[in-house]
Amino acid sequence: MASLTERAALHDHALHNIRYIRETMERASAFTSIPGWGGCAIGVTALVTAAIASRFGLQPRLWVITWVVDAAVAIAIAAATMYTKARRAHVSLASTPARRFFVSYSAPLVAAALITIALVRAGMFTPLPAVWLLLYGASFISSGAFSIRAIPLMGICFMLLGLAACFVPFGIANLIMAAGFGGLHIAFGYIIARSYGG
Amino acid sequence: MARTARKSLEQAAPRRQPVESRIPDLDRIIHEKTRLAIVSALAVNSSLTFNELKGILQTSDGNVSVHTRKLEEANYLTCRKSFEGRIPKTEYSLTAAGRRAFERYLGHMEAVIKAARGE
Repeated sequence: MASLTERAALHDHALHNIRYIRETMERASAFTSIPGWGGCAIGVTALVTAAIASRFGLQPRLWVITWVVDAAVAIAIAAATMYTKARRAHVSLASTPARRFFVSYSAPLVAAALITIALVRAGMFTPLPAVWLLLYGASFISSGAFSIRAIPLMGICFMLLGLAACFVPFGIANLIMAAGFGGLHIAFGYIIARSYGG
Repeated sequence: MARTARKSLEQAAPRRQPVESRIPDLDRIIHEKTRLAIVSALAVNSSLTFNELKGILQTSDGNVSVHTRKLEEANYLTCRKSFEGRIPKTEYSLTAAGRRAFERYLGHMEAVIKAARGE
């Protein structure tokens, strides 16, 4: 019969092993090629866009086009910097964690694009900042389940700004967009770049 | 006198064995730390390349090579070699036997914890 001390040692050893397995599984199922410096660059372009878009307060269609152009630029920056980071780390962008990340990341963004088309066709521009911030935040929260811890946290911050954008005039919502797409990208991009290798 | 004292000390504190040696029927192939990490990583991915495994394990090429070979010899892993352009690519997957062994190992650890807690 094992003594109490021996049983405690076995218990600790087994518990340590289980913890080690869980940590390895978490690490193996996380997509870590999130480009930090790319995020900072996207933030800078968003600040420039917010400054340009603020001039189009009375021309909402031009305001939308300005932000859509920024979104296209952001996608190009994200794709290029993500590819570079993944290549440097010898990580495949087609791996299971990467695929899970992309699917959960893109679904809310596709929803945002479709809602944008519907709202613009209906001539309703005021809800757009809130819709974009909320769904962009949702995409980070859902994809954050397959990535580094900073991602869902960034998603929550975007959703809080989206909540604020629901209750302010259009002009102020543009400032909130600058804080979100500009400020949050730069802040979290810097944290990710420093903590997760670029 | 000194010899007697040392003898009684040795009797009071017998030479300690590693804790795991006191767990019967433990799968020694999976139990090794690096191999346990390889099997755990492959349990949540249908396949992983050599470089992906190296990145997850944060270890050297040699270490990954030695331990994947050992797991292959036990029929716990399959290895597929191919070329991506001109670069050779080695991909590993868990076999059915490897997955069963991993589940058995987890069950074993769970049983040890339950027994120690007196459940």
